Amino acid sequence: MVKRDLIIVGAGPAGLSAAKVALEAGLTVTIIERAAILGGQLTKQTHKFFGSKEEYAKTRGIDIASILIDELKNYEKRLEILKEATVVGMYKDYVLTIYQGNEYFKYQAKAIIIATGASEKVLAFENNDLPGIYGAGAVQTLMNLYGIVPGNEVVMVGSGNIGLIVSYQLIQAGVKVKALLEAASNIGGYLVHAAKLVRLGVPIYTKTSVKKAFGDKQLEKIETVKLDENWQYIEGTEEIINCDALCISVGLTPLHQLLSMAEVDMIYISELGGLIPKKTPDYETSMPRVYACGDVTGIEEASSAMVEGKIAGLMAARDLGHRHKKFNELEKQFKDQLQNLRQGPSGVKIRLGLQKAGEEL
Amino acid sequence: MIKNTGIPSLEQIKSKFPDEVPVKPKAIIECYQEIPCNPCATSCPFDAITIGKDINQIPRIDFDKCTGCGSCVYSCPGLAIIIANVKNEEAVFRIPYEQLPLPEVGSIWHGVNRNGEVICKALIKSVLKNKNTDRTCIITVIVPKQFLYEFITIRCPE
Repeated sequence: MVKRDLIIVGAGPAGLSAAKVALEAGLTVTIIERAAILGGQLTKQTHKFFGSKEEYAKTRGIDIASILIDELKNYEKRLEILKEATVVGMYKDYVLTIYQGNEYFKYQAKAIIIATGASEKVLAFENNDLPGIYGAGAVQTLMNLYGIVPGNEVVMVGSGNIGLIVSYQLIQAGVKVKALLEAASNIGGYLVHAAKLVRLGVPIYTKTSVKKAFGDKQLEKIETVKLDENWQYIEGTEEIINCDALCISVGLTPLHQLLSMAEVDMIYISELGGLIPKKTPDYETSMPRVYACGDVTGIEEASSAMVEGKIAGLMAARDLGHRHKKFNELEKQFKDQLQNLRQGPSGVKIRLGLQKAGEEL
Repeated sequence: MIKNTGIPSLEQIKSKFPDEVPVKPKAIIECYQEIPCNPCATSCPFDAITIGKDINQIPRIDFDKCTGCGSCVYSCPGLAIIIANVKNEEAVFRIPYEQLPLPEVGSIWHGVNRNGEVICKALIKSVLKNKNTDRTCIITVIVPKQFLYEFITIRCPE
């Protein structure tokens, strides 16, 4: 069995940030990433980021990925990176089973940081399995990583930041966005993102959902319907929109499976997207020296994922005997940063979720 | 309501302009919602924009300090800032633009309002794109002055 000090599962904004701080503190680090490139969701975020300077505000997500990867280059001697490697199991004796290429092997770690991120939620409606119906994140990957557009005329379902941003990027790619549907009465994401779409001529329909999809071999049109206060269809309000692609952007759910498999204490918090690990203020789970950070601990923005990663990296290093030279200063800085990101009205849901999970804010 | 349409009211728009019609170029910051974001404030070379320690606060601008330099226009990740002033019978705007094709200087494009409707002709005066603007173009455009509070962007005439 291969023995390692710290293994980080996932090389998105949280995992890469965790690696940087842990390496800086003196640890030897292994990063295991399922994709062929590092950066996670950042690799397709072509828009400029919000936040403050510390979270690389006004820098495009794709460039933040490069910055985070470059920062690791100073520590090449203490860093091992496995790409196109999927962690398929995690056990109570700190063993991770890994599948890479055609090989299946085991690593045992002294500490583990789980930064697996999240997956897209689906929406139930008739014919939702027709070709042409995608998750919005999948469309963003196809379009911004592989240069493939999903269709000519798209309808987006969901007005969270992902729905708004992917709609904007579809228009940039020359695709017609015919409408954006939102089940709630208000737009979910940032109003500045919504304003960008509306001025480009995209109508936003609130209290509206998709009821049914039609098509012979692939999507040809959808039927929309208005919703009442109890989220029920209002009969007689159905309308048809012709489209060859439909993007579903109705939220994300944490990729908790490895933590659940190791029987870490979990809790279901709807505000945070689903099942999340219980954790200490140091981002340690109920299993000693197993930390979690980023969307796997609750759905938030990439900016908070990066800060959470830094905290997890800092704590993992300390717990393996490599207390960072600036430990106290950094701990305060990171925790203040998180509080600052979450304290406004846009952080209400996250604060409520964390409170329900029994965490101090 | 902006919360379900994404469209601000005329009153909301006017609240972001100087009280007097701006003769000199001024930044119009159309940020109506508290979100954690502060690049407009940190990028202003003249300290004209204030957000403060809580980065969720809505930016406040001191029009006496604002020179209309445009640094905030390409720094705003929400593309929510334009520069505006009125000269003779014309309203002059500098707007952020991230679509293709880019307009040619001297051409006439559609002027568009916040609902996405074409409202006027827009004369393209300059197209700026450099390292600082980071792939966002800054377009200088002239429209009739009565559209000062209505014009927001341009659209390619077919």
